[in-house]
Amino acid sequence: MDTRAVRTYNCGEIDIKDIPVLSVSDLSETAFRGTREDARISSFWGSNDGSGNTVLTMVLARDKDGYLEVMSTSVKGSYPSLSGNIPQAHLFEREIYEQCGVRPEGHPCLKPVRRPASAGDFLSISGEEIHEVAVGPVHAGIIEPGHFRFQCHGEQVFHLDIALGYQHRGLEKMLPGGPDKRTIHYIETAAGDTTIGHTLAYCQAMESLSDREVPLRASVLRAIMLELERLANHTGDLGAMAGDIGYLPTSSYCGRLRGEFLNMTALICGNRFGRNMVRPGGVTRDMDTTMIKELRERLSRTFSDVKNAVSLLWSSSLVVDRFDETGIISERTASGLGLVGVAARACGIERDVRFDMPVGAFRFSHIPISTHSTGDVFARAFVRWLEIQRSVEFIFDQLDNLPNDGIFSPLPEIRPGKMVVSLVEGWRGEICHSVLTGANGKIAGYKIVDPSFHNWPGLAMALRGEEISNFPLCNKSFDLSYCGHDL
Amino acid sequence: MIRTLYARSKQGYRTMPFPPGNDTLPERFLGMPFIADGISGEDIRECVSVCPTGAIDAPGGNISLDLGKCIFCGACDKACAGKAVTFTREYRLASRKRDGLVLSNEPAREEKDPGKNIKHIFGRSLKLRQVSAGGCNACEADINVLNTPGFDLARFGIQFVASPRHADGLVVTGPVTNNMRSALEKTYNAMASPKLVIAVGACAISGGPYIDSAEANNGVDTVLPVDLYIPGCPPHPLTILHGLTSIMERLK
Repeated sequence: MDTRAVRTYNCGEIDIKDIPVLSVSDLSETAFRGTREDARISSFWGSNDGSGNTVLTMVLARDKDGYLEVMSTSVKGSYPSLSGNIPQAHLFEREIYEQCGVRPEGHPCLKPVRRPASAGDFLSISGEEIHEVAVGPVHAGIIEPGHFRFQCHGEQVFHLDIALGYQHRGLEKMLPGGPDKRTIHYIETAAGDTTIGHTLAYCQAMESLSDREVPLRASVLRAIMLELERLANHTGDLGAMAGDIGYLPTSSYCGRLRGEFLNMTALICGNRFGRNMVRPGGVTRDMDTTMIKELRERLSRTFSDVKNAVSLLWSSSLVVDRFDETGIISERTASGLGLVGVAARACGIERDVRFDMPVGAFRFSHIPISTHSTGDVFARAFVRWLEIQRSVEFIFDQLDNLPNDGIFSPLPEIRPGKMVVSLVEGWRGEICHSVLTGANGKIAGYKIVDPSFHNWPGLAMALRGEEISNFPLCNKSFDLSYCGHDL
Repeated sequence: MIRTLYARSKQGYRTMPFPPGNDTLPERFLGMPFIADGISGEDIRECVSVCPTGAIDAPGGNISLDLGKCIFCGACDKACAGKAVTFTREYRLASRKRDGLVLSNEPAREEKDPGKNIKHIFGRSLKLRQVSAGGCNACEADINVLNTPGFDLARFGIQFVASPRHADGLVVTGPVTNNMRSALEKTYNAMASPKLVIAVGACAISGGPYIDSAEANNGVDTVLPVDLYIPGCPPHPLTILHGLTSIMERLK
């Protein structure tokens, strides 16, 4: 425990004036020592304080102990980079440079994060039989845009550069001054496949800032929606991974079954992605006994089909041969980069917000953490399968015990001069929303960190020494969000 | 092999009929809005003021709703307690013309064919190329789902292809971000004429939730000529399927 940072919890609000302003070297030292132990950087951003200085704020997560540490520093023009000692800070520092113009001196690769990359931004290798492969932003399938540049020696990838930003819509800039009638829709579309996850993070933050709890029934319904979102995407991913190696049975079955989970979400709220369901103060739709019965039947039928389709994977030598030892990430690399979600758990790291820092219904019903130790494509597939089983079990369990108190209670105004960090374990991993309120009781700063932001560098590392033909499979095993990263 | 065959028999035949049966869409689905007659000025004002994207307008006191801007959040229905605007379960929303998406409580105008006789030109097959230009990936996900056995897009002669050189049409999602604009234009220019452009989702039609963002344009038709608009946020797969098949004139 470091006394130089202020301690807080998931969704626990603090006064902005209580956030310590350290010297750069103290902040750097605290972060370095923390990450050497068991902390990781959840969020790190810069904001202009109006007098020409930039305030850098860092949120460290202590997963094992279940708390967060917040600290800040004030810089002007430039500061000594943290990334040399703390690899997981490198993308945050690039983002701060791009957004605030504050230069991290000595940063190992200061490239754009969301601005179009230029030729000089890519690492290049020269020598006999070295060649470069450039892919994107427009891809062959129905998929979001991103640019991948491989430095190869024959079939072998030496290095992969990932240039994103094509989906940048300027989302974070639209939030200060809110909440207003457009705010919730920006949040719901931060990453469409994680509508529930991001909206939940936002609503939890608003509830904390106005010092209100939502009714228990609303909490439970939210958790059910979150797990349905996980089920849909994990199932779709397992199918897509099978598709990438040409194993068509699981690919086509899971494609349909993913839709069955989306239809369950639509049964509850009318929209396959969970739009218009989660709102500050609770949820907008309730379930009556008929609907609960209907959901149970569908879930049980669909799960039986998923089990049937996914079991084929583990019994096929063709699949296991392609999944095993492909795209390996060591536990050391994963924790150094601060990976989250399935990608981290597949390297044997026990890290899951639902378990480490539970809020809402997860305070009362724990979902065990699913891990696997091999860090390869197989592990990322297998962890998804474990999570599918546990999520199904969780939903059945919750449907048996729905509290009867209500689904919505309107919130009062949010309080001025506060800050809250709201974490949700989305299906890709930790979603982190940090919100600060101004003296006028409006949002003054809003920082979103999608799990993809932590995990894209993980994909680049997984490709090192891998055959380039395994890229689609490795990419799908992470299945990261472009728009969630680009905002 | 035995296992694979057993799994196949368990999974069964799952392709849904199209047009779909009556109970295919969920009860709470928000489809085509319905604007009532003789609404009070106050109800109209409520609807106009709560709409997050400015889809509802009341020029001269007559309410109009632009499906191209609508993100189907249902706020208007809630604000006027269903007196002015309600949402039906009608999933067929596509229009060949931008102003065909603007609803009012006057009887709908008969849409005229804008002149491209698709069937005459492309025969019975339509190859499409998809470009994502700043969406949230929900539209892409529900376009992708059309390729699963449940919807089986190929049975209508429609196929998504990997190269603009092979494509008769371009399906675009997203408001067209500044960072994606030139890649979209290059893709369009790489396609052989005659070619179609299909805008899928509120973002691609008007900017949707991102209307007037400094980092994006207000939809595809600010950049390219659009031949078909498919509204929704995101559109239901059936809405997209109806739009794509209607342009082929395979289903009346």
